[in-house]
Amino acid sequence: MASNFPPAALLILGALLVPLFTGKAKSYYVILLPAAAFFVVFQLAPGSSWHTHFFGFDLTFLRVDKLSKVFGYIFTLNAFAAFIYAFYLKDNTQHMAALFYIGSSLGVVFAGDLVSLYFFWEVMAVASTFLILGRKTEKAQAAGMRYIMVHVFGGLCLLAGIVLTISETGSIAFSAMTERNFGTYLILIGFLVNAAAPPFSAWLPDAYPEATVTGGVILSAYTTKTAVYTLVRGFPGWEILIWIGCIMTIYGIIYALLENDARRILAYSIINQVGFMITGVGIGTMMSLNGTVAHAFCHIIYKALLWMSAGSVLYMTGKSKCTDLGGLYKTMPWTLIFGAVGAASISAFPATSGFTSKSLIIDGAIHEHLAWVWLVLEIASAGVFLHAGIKFPYFVFFAKDKGLRPGETNKSMLLAMAFMSFLCLFLGVFPQPLYNVLPFPVHYSAYSFTHVISQLQLLMFSALVFFLFLPLLKRTETISIDTDWFYRKGGRLVYQAMDLSLNGINNYSDRIFVKGVAGFLARFARDGMARLALLPFVTYWYLKGIRFKRLEIKKSSLYYNLVRGVIPAGLGAAMAALFLVIIFLLS
Amino acid sequence: MEKKKKFDFFDRPENIRRLWIFLYVFCGLTLIPDFFTHREAHFGFDGFFGFYALLGFVSCVALILFSKLVGLVLKVKENYYGK
Repeated sequence: MASNFPPAALLILGALLVPLFTGKAKSYYVILLPAAAFFVVFQLAPGSSWHTHFFGFDLTFLRVDKLSKVFGYIFTLNAFAAFIYAFYLKDNTQHMAALFYIGSSLGVVFAGDLVSLYFFWEVMAVASTFLILGRKTEKAQAAGMRYIMVHVFGGLCLLAGIVLTISETGSIAFSAMTERNFGTYLILIGFLVNAAAPPFSAWLPDAYPEATVTGGVILSAYTTKTAVYTLVRGFPGWEILIWIGCIMTIYGIIYALLENDARRILAYSIINQVGFMITGVGIGTMMSLNGTVAHAFCHIIYKALLWMSAGSVLYMTGKSKCTDLGGLYKTMPWTLIFGAVGAASISAFPATSGFTSKSLIIDGAIHEHLAWVWLVLEIASAGVFLHAGIKFPYFVFFAKDKGLRPGETNKSMLLAMAFMSFLCLFLGVFPQPLYNVLPFPVHYSAYSFTHVISQLQLLMFSALVFFLFLPLLKRTETISIDTDWFYRKGGRLVYQAMDLSLNGINNYSDRIFVKGVAGFLARFARDGMARLALLPFVTYWYLKGIRFKRLEIKKSSLYYNLVRGVIPAGLGAAMAALFLVIIFLLS
Repeated sequence: MEKKKKFDFFDRPENIRRLWIFLYVFCGLTLIPDFFTHREAHFGFDGFFGFYALLGFVSCVALILFSKLVGLVLKVKENYYGK
């Protein structure tokens, strides 16, 4: 019966029941849900089901093939570990947001058409924002707002692309895009925003480090990797992705090297790692696509592990900046050891999962004789060890002892990290179970003698450079300007420019028209007639020889009476008669 | 405090010296197999002795120096965006 139940529904409906549980039961319940979802994914039979008719479209909520299944496995597996890590957390909002977020990412992965994909895509964006807002700091609020705005933009690109594509082809099917037109490029941009490809990358290092301790662990896995999934499904072999991917690998390293905040270093290294995957999509051969999927699988595990390690430090010390941390190996040895396993894995040390997955992508580039691409990926591999492999653990756990003695983190966090460490090492030594679930058949072994030696040379000499250049790598209390400058500072500058120019025109107009012309008219309307009427009288009095003080008094008294309309009746009659005489004489 | 011996292995200068020696020796060891095995060149220019060691060394130096350089422009105070 359950052979074709959508795993997304299990988590999303399950999320609604979270408030009914209290205490430890709540923690066990949220661990159990993804475990059950993993089982549901495991026994899904290939094919598509759960069709619904919606506004003339036939939606497919469950499309099962090897590609969707492998992402289903890792999404549920990672959720299982993340909720073990979050055992201490009793916050309904965060648990429900996380389950909605993970559930809708499964919805994207199993969606058989563009319309239902779009629906889950947007739910993901909204639900994930709550994991950032959950930190309840002013910075997190602001970062959360920027995060959702960027994703609304990405979602709009995707929606516009989908609408154009549907109107062009008449089909809502989501499969490999062959047409290269405005519509498909808009869809590509929508996906690339979530993949954090420059210039739409700054949202990730802006928002993730502001998330809660557990939020960071969960966020690190889903948004970017659903984007990788959609690219593998929709854009394999689009060569522009090779260049975007290569840029991402180097961009991530440069920014991670400049960064001071440990969780922000890890955020930039997500961009670097996703760069490898996107390059694999761009190469587009069976080997490189397998590599992309395998690397996404392993990356989710070791990156969550690294975020868990940094999260434990944040949880225990309340700090995440390298300049505040150091010397923690003394009191947090287990967090260090597990973090180091994650660091070794992301660096693709032989016997870790990164080695068995990344090699597929790099060999994919070699098979296609893409010399420059291969060279960039090798340089980036060396750089990964530099920034995530050594820099992160060194500055957090070693470097200068800052006198922090927090003690080891709580047991559930350690358990989750131990589980993830085990997976990193297991997949590094026995990658076959992973290779078996990849979308295409794998005939590959990463473990040739020369390959292992080359990798060790690359990594050890990178380590040597790190320690030789340590004085140059000293941390400073700074942040780095990224493309978010344009909507954070640039927006403000545009505002100021608008303020100066438009309000300048406004002030100028105000001076000329409101205070000038209109003022004149207003004054004229108030006493213009009275002043005109004064003219003949003053002339008459002057001719009569009335001067100086007396003239002034008579003048002001008449003006006073004229303005208030209290002229003696005789005077009014005299005025009227005078005007009649003048008219008579003039005609 | 006195009862429990403090674990400060990585703070002691003599151990740091040992770690440096270990690092140099390990780097040297990775080069030894290149004397005996012939690694197949994928692109013609990558088959020579210690290619990957050189690649790792040079690219990391280049990445650090490049990041230093762009850092001059990109690095700003933490309160740059206010708060």
